[in-house]
Amino acid sequence: MIEVTNQPIDIMEQIKKVESPDAGGIDVFIGTVRNRTRQKNVVALEFEAYEKMAVSELQKIIDTTKEKWPVLKIAVSHAVGRKNIGELAVVIAVSAAHRDAAFQACRYVIDTLKQTVPIWKKEIFDDGEVWVSAHP
Amino acid sequence: MRISILLFGIAKDIIGSKNLEIEVNEECRVNDLKQEILNQYPGFENLKHLAIAVNNEYARGETSIKPSDEIALIPPVSGG
Repeated sequence: MIEVTNQPIDIMEQIKKVESPDAGGIDVFIGTVRNRTRQKNVVALEFEAYEKMAVSELQKIIDTTKEKWPVLKIAVSHAVGRKNIGELAVVIAVSAAHRDAAFQACRYVIDTLKQTVPIWKKEIFDDGEVWVSAHP
Repeated sequence: MRISILLFGIAKDIIGSKNLEIEVNEECRVNDLKQEILNQYPGFENLKHLAIAVNNEYARGETSIKPSDEIALIPPVSGG
């Protein structure tokens, strides 16, 4: 249940994907586009993905997460293309019988996604643009 | 042999294209390819790091490369 999409992400759709009668809770992380970074005004973010590999790396994260915590289902939707302030960059939904596993698993998915999944974001300012995290 | 490399993010900007065709020795490993790219495009020296993916997997330095492999430069990722 992975998608890399240039369409607006539908939060309810992601939640529905992980619903289960065995679930006691669903944890959802929503990453949104923030208007400021390092004292500069951000106009928009531009996301780019190496799509095939992004999907396979996300699948690895989901598999590892399911080994580490007793969760039921995991859905991840990540945006590509230009996203304006307040728009959704990523939505992660995790269902589990108990909330501890859902919270921990959801955090692990977003933290690991940021480290390994081949998706890049460019911050667009009034006076220029920069690829995030590219330089030391 | 001639290999084709997919470029994303800042790698695309440094080379100025979405693809790079590069000539390497027949016995080419990931580390050799990386060195060749650094030699030809010193802009990569300024990056935090540079990974290479072979067939949609992060590749180790000693992995051998064939012209039929799908190869991509992976500059520091920043999704989420």
